[in-house]
Amino acid sequence: MTSTAPADGQLVKRHRLSTRLWHWINVLAVFALLMSGLMIFNAHPRLYWGEFGANSDPALLEIGSTRTTGYLRIGSWQIDTTGLLGRSDDANGVSRRRAFPGWATIPSGYNLAMGRRWHLFFIWVLALVTTGYLIWSALNRHLSRDLLPSATELKPRHIWQDIKIHARLRFPTGAAALKYNTLQKIAYVKVLLLLLPLMVLTGLTLSPGMNAAWPWLSSLFGGRQSARTLHFIVAWLIVAFVIVHLLMVVLAGPLNELRSMITGRYRLPRPRRI
Amino acid sequence: MSISFLRRRVLTAALTGAASLALTGCDAIGDSSTGRRVLFSAEKLTYRAQRLITARNALAREFSAADLSPVFRTNGTTMPSSPSYQQHLSEGFAGWRLIVDGAVESPLALSLTQLARLPQRTQITRHDCVEGWSAIGQWTGVPLKFVLDAARPRRSARYIVFHCADDFDGIPYYESVDLVDGYHPQTLLAHSLNGARLPVGHGAPIRLRVERQLGYKHAKYVMRVELVDSLADVGEGRGGYWEDQADYEWYAGI
Repeated sequence: MTSTAPADGQLVKRHRLSTRLWHWINVLAVFALLMSGLMIFNAHPRLYWGEFGANSDPALLEIGSTRTTGYLRIGSWQIDTTGLLGRSDDANGVSRRRAFPGWATIPSGYNLAMGRRWHLFFIWVLALVTTGYLIWSALNRHLSRDLLPSATELKPRHIWQDIKIHARLRFPTGAAALKYNTLQKIAYVKVLLLLLPLMVLTGLTLSPGMNAAWPWLSSLFGGRQSARTLHFIVAWLIVAFVIVHLLMVVLAGPLNELRSMITGRYRLPRPRRI
Repeated sequence: MSISFLRRRVLTAALTGAASLALTGCDAIGDSSTGRRVLFSAEKLTYRAQRLITARNALAREFSAADLSPVFRTNGTTMPSSPSYQQHLSEGFAGWRLIVDGAVESPLALSLTQLARLPQRTQITRHDCVEGWSAIGQWTGVPLKFVLDAARPRRSARYIVFHCADDFDGIPYYESVDLVDGYHPQTLLAHSLNGARLPVGHGAPIRLRVERQLGYKHAKYVMRVELVDSLADVGEGRGGYWEDQADYEWYAGI
């Protein structure tokens, strides 16, 4: 973004307003969607493959409960998850049958209707803001210049080099810190161009109205229940991204990183002293 | 080192605090009238957007006999308890009549035999419950369109309300759809499931099929079809039992 190389320790412009706005609206929307999504899952905590699937059909994944315990079952593998999945205490310490616990859902009590209201409101926020951001980033070349990895960067040797740098937690210093590194680019592009669109498309496949409007949706994902299962899996891939992303922010200097995403200004890291 | 360690501690504490505050905040938003107005505004947007991109008569996908669910589970009421329903059930619905009234030129009272004389349609479709499960079944019945044509709705009629025999805590179930869904070729007053008379658990003698919406719109035990100009005077004004009692969307296309 800058033409002359800035000096180490200098405060420089790092993130555009459009990136910062999208980032924080997305933080809000992704959390609201995830937690209301867990509430919706709680209404029928079983996942299937194919077009149909209900209680008497075999489930790929099930979060269930007995009188005293909770469990997670995937295929024939089962694990006791009492206190977290299947059965957990609510805010007043009363044991409840809940696939996901109240502290992880919106609303915190069981309420499918309100979970749906949150979910179906924030998907509009996420879809509109992300579409706007993608168009804007294509026009101002943020996408091609800063986000899409180049052919050279995608060479296995380069990626391996980048993995080694990450494993040693040797973050770039000086002007090099102004560019996203390859793994970072791959992670961001994967979320922006793959996972978020997949969430939207699998989500639309759950809609009986959209199934009539766009019949190819259900063919694309192998049926409505397959789409529901994929919707669930991709949601956790996004959670995994958020965890790694936050870890990287903490390791790279949380206050400097936070400031750059709020005010746009970033202090160039000085070369580390060994 | 110690400063950055301290910073991290402060940051962690701040984040934990913010998270629990956010959770309490979300419940408060869901309970406040402004919060609800904002969240609920998405329904109209979804309704308009789906109507805009969907051809008026775009069909829900139809399947083949090989795709049928081995078991089509029941949901909601599975045995209406009212004495009049029990009476009809014991008589095999011989004296039962479907009432069609409200904003129509010629109100009707149709027996099952009369309904059977109208054109019939059979379709294998997927039933999608709001809870997340789906089941595929074969439905046979009269497209609602033919009943509406016979009753001749007034020009002012905008919605079709279905009054049912089952009740929840004394409130009879009711649902409603707009005229687009009412006249849709797959919208049926179904009397058969998988080639047999509709079992009581699935809404005997007649249930609504409105294939482009979620399961709770498919009213079972339909006793009366009423055409209305507005939903304001139906129940508590939101067009359906779950809409009035539990904040479910009236437009359940997603």
